[in-house]
Amino acid sequence: MKRFSAEPIFRHAFLMLVVIFTLVPIFFTLMTSLKLFRDIISGSLAFTPTLVNYQRLFDPSQSNFLRLTWNSLVVAAGTMVIVLVIANLAAYSLSRFPWRPLWSGLLLGTILFIHMLPPVTFLGPFYLIARAFNIYDTVLAVIMGHIILNLPTATWILLDFFAGIPKELEEAAMVDGANRFQALTQVLLPIIQPGIAAAGALAFIFSWRDFLFALSLTSTPRGMTIPVGISSFVQEYSIRYGEMAAGAFFAMIPALLMVAFAQRYIIKGLTLGALKG
Amino acid sequence: MNTPLNSSSVSRPPGLISRLGNFIDRTFQYWTIAPLVITLLLLMAYPSLQLLRMSVSEVDIVKGHAVWEFVGLKHLETALQDPVVPVALRNTLVFVIAVVIIETLLALTISILVSRSHHLVGLYRTVLLIPLLVPPIAIGTMWRLMYDYNYGFINQALAVFGIPGPTWTADPKLAMPSIILVDLWHWTSFMFLIILAGLESLPQELNEAARVDGATESQIFRYITLPLLRPTLVTAVMLRTIFAFKVFDEIFLLTGGGPGTATEVISLYIYDVFSGQFRLGYASFLALGLAVIISVFVIFYRRLGRRTQI
Repeated sequence: MKRFSAEPIFRHAFLMLVVIFTLVPIFFTLMTSLKLFRDIISGSLAFTPTLVNYQRLFDPSQSNFLRLTWNSLVVAAGTMVIVLVIANLAAYSLSRFPWRPLWSGLLLGTILFIHMLPPVTFLGPFYLIARAFNIYDTVLAVIMGHIILNLPTATWILLDFFAGIPKELEEAAMVDGANRFQALTQVLLPIIQPGIAAAGALAFIFSWRDFLFALSLTSTPRGMTIPVGISSFVQEYSIRYGEMAAGAFFAMIPALLMVAFAQRYIIKGLTLGALKG
Repeated sequence: MNTPLNSSSVSRPPGLISRLGNFIDRTFQYWTIAPLVITLLLLMAYPSLQLLRMSVSEVDIVKGHAVWEFVGLKHLETALQDPVVPVALRNTLVFVIAVVIIETLLALTISILVSRSHHLVGLYRTVLLIPLLVPPIAIGTMWRLMYDYNYGFINQALAVFGIPGPTWTADPKLAMPSIILVDLWHWTSFMFLIILAGLESLPQELNEAARVDGATESQIFRYITLPLLRPTLVTAVMLRTIFAFKVFDEIFLLTGGGPGTATEVISLYIYDVFSGQFRLGYASFLALGLAVIISVFVIFYRRLGRRTQI
């Protein structure tokens, strides 16, 4: 009975345009990263792909990118672990015990406020802290910044997961003789594994992405991360397109992997983090 | 878990360890919140006090140690006479207003179209998630390649039609629009995810009832969907506004605030004062000003959120 309608065609055509707009820069960057310089200049679509840009990027005698990759991994993994420990314990405490609204409100309000503040406001104080503890230009200084960056979202995600577990489960374990620590580690944490995965994945990726903290708390490859390396590379050699593109594409790989494998968790985590408060 | 936990503590008289265990158990509430509280004290409360102190001081690093000098409201005077401050504020405002309006309309359109679709929804969602996770510095680099005067995608595409492309980010008139376009690429997805989540949680019965009563699709949208979606839209717009003030990475990489001061936004200027001119005190004063502006927004947002919740 339904009449033919052109609406779906226009609808999908528009959405496909959005998809193309989103993918073109990524595709163009990937192509550029696989081209020799002469192919970049000619702009042709017919070219023989080469990995020479990536080889140059990761050759320790030509660039420090390998060292920066290592730093980025250490920072992201370190941030993820620390944030997960703090956020798990805090979310557990806030969701399982009768906190007075004053205290829980103060904590959650502070967390919301951190989430809203531009990171640039932390620069001065964090710089002084890093100097005072003699950790300026080390991965530790960057991790310090990234903890504050990632605590809010991780706490919100885990609070949401803890709130979804009935209190009876934990009480049953304690009737069986478990103490609170055992109930937490052996009963609750296994249940909220998806929440831990979501919070951990987001903490990793948002640490990997960060530029400003790494930029202002480091000055040499000793503590620098990939984004800082890319930016100084781009500004020094604005003509070496192939390596610029290779660096940018390499930095995107964790994001692309997350989109491919952990999408559901991440969407939930992102919208949840956004809508809290 | 087939071994009985803690089975021996019943028969024996309580030793030191088990009494300690009991104590930890009874106060577990506090032990578990302690790491968060300590972290917030060290990395939020203490830095906030430092920021206050820095904003009324000159701070220098001599041989790795901070040297403080109290200067009172000197930085306020400096800020009032600083010609870049009003420019940076105006640019930030232009940027924030432009991206929030365009991204809201765009995301609203996209999410309504996606919510009406049954096919390809997974593809749209997946692709639109990518920009939110990619490092902003990589986004900046990609668009630098896209905007390149000679070899960039855009100018090469224009050349196919015989149109000479402009210099984009180096052109004083086009620099800000170019930056805004990059931000649309990056952040429209964020609004899309929130609005789509809001749309999907709306009850479908109303739409069907209205349809049975002969309402057209545009009437349904105007009189049912939009009013129900209002709280979500308000939240999304407020959040995006607050987050838009954070913009830094892409502008740093694409224009560095230039040409001239065409794209100098407040975050970028604070960083420049902090790192380029190394005036820690003045940078902190400006950062405090920005924090105050954001706080006003956050309080406003909380009020609004409370009113629209039910």
